[in-house]
This record gives sequence, structure tokens and C-alpha cells, in this order.
Amino acid sequence: MPNCQETLKELELFLDSELPSARIEEIMTHLTGCTDCQGAYEFHAELRTIVRTKAKRDHLPDGFTDRLLACFGPQSESE
Amino acid sequence: MSEQEQFTADAMQYAPQLFSTALRMTRNRSDAEDLVQETYIKGWRSFHTFQEGTNLRAWLFRIMTNTYINKYNAQKRKGTEVELDDVEELFLYKRLGSIDQSQLSSSAEDQMLELFTDDEVKNALEELPEDFRIPVLLSDVDGFSYKEISEMLEIPIGTVMSRLHRGRKAMQKMLYEYARERGLIVEPLTIEGTGE
Repeated sequence: MPNCQETLKELELFLDSELPSARIEEIMTHLTGCTDCQGAYEFHAELRTIVRTKAKRDHLPDGFTDRLLACFGPQSESE
Repeated sequence: MSEQEQFTADAMQYAPQLFSTALRMTRNRSDAEDLVQETYIKGWRSFHTFQEGTNLRAWLFRIMTNTYINKYNAQKRKGTEVELDDVEELFLYKRLGSIDQSQLSSSAEDQMLELFTDDEVKNALEELPEDFRIPVLLSDVDGFSYKEISEMLEIPIGTVMSRLHRGRKAMQKMLYEYARERGLIVEPLTIEGTGE
């Protein structure tokens, strides 16, 4: 079973879903029983959510979709 | 359905994601539009080489990343890797995660993160040096795996991991600075800390 130090060291891989499933189980077991590590986990999970959602809110410029669609021609005349 | 209709139906749904990432990569609206357009032109031209059943989204992102790197001659400049200042582990968490409620007008810690504006988060990403910015974007914003990022950037998985780790810490440090500048965080008072 990982201790706090190991858990925090592997937290990034855990959040990236890059750990083997057996290790994921072990980390999850540790997190369930350790409020300190759980706090760190929740903070970083929330930070990921914030980055993902806030860095994605860009609207396509007006007319941009049409500009893209125009690139897929020109042999579309008979279609 | 014609090949063109197929491509349109399948690929166009990713335009907003590609555009957001292109904006963070190029840090410029008109370059981002050009980059996305070039991605779709290349994608359409080589769509016949795309293997159905594989990941079209990853395929398009790979085209865009390669186009960006080649066009801006980024990244490939071997041996010119930019260094980042070393930032303490768990930098932001140590400063915000366990923040004393009295320093933070009654907000819970997860609400604290909500206080960052879209622009602050975008700026923190865009301020990262390119070697770090692209892996962080592809992982944190677009959700690609280490393996996918390693293939897109043609760098070893270990390099992806270390760039993500260092890039994310640098980003946390920038977010912390933004929070301080906006007065969201009051520095803990120290008795002799007033200086001049």
C-alpha cells in the first residue's frame, strides 16, 4: 500500500489515468483513508477541471465554419 | 454518402476544440484561424489514408500539431530547450489548498479555483514556453494520453511526462501570481515582514 509520500508523488499520473489498474486501486484505497491526501487529490482534480473548461471557451469566429467547408471542394459539383 | 460528406460529418464537430487549442498555440486569432484551416485542408487531402475505426480526433490534432511545429519552426530546434525555473512540488495547493479561511473571505478552497477568470487560465497556459505549452495543452485541455502526445510531438514518453510536470508547476505559479495581483490572496503577515 502506498504511503502519503508515494501517493502524492504519483498523484499526477493518477489524475492523468496513466497508472496500471492495480496501482490505481492502491492509490484509491489510500485516498479513502487519508484526508490529507484526499484534500490534495480533490484540489488538483478541481484545478484540472478549471483549466479544461476555462481554456476551452472560445467561440468560432463568424463565418469560420463556412470558410472551412469551402476547403473541402471543389469536386462537389455533381454530388 | 460521398467521401466529402463523410469527412464533413465526422471532422467538423472538432472545429471548436481545434480552434481553442490553435489559439493557445499561436496566441493570435488570425494565425489560429489559418492553422485550423490548414489542418482541415491537409486532413481532407489525406482523408483517404485515414483508417476508419481509428481516432479521427487524435488524427486531426496530430495534423494540427505537426503543422504548427513545422510552420513556426518550433520545437524542432534541437538542443535549444528552454529551461523553466524550478517550482516547488504542489506549489499552488500548498498556498491555496490549505488556506486559512480568514485570509479568503469565506470561500471554500474549490470555490477559490473558480475565482480564476477564463483569461487568467488562458494567459497562464499561453505564457508557458512552447516546449511545455504544447504538451500541457494536449493533456490538460484536450485530454490526450502520454502515448498520443509522444506520437504527436515525436518525443519519448518520459520527456512528455517531465514537460507536463514542469509545465504544470510553472502554470500554477503564474496562477498564484494572478491571484495575488488581484488581491484574492492576502499574504500572511509576518512581524518583521514590512521591510522599508
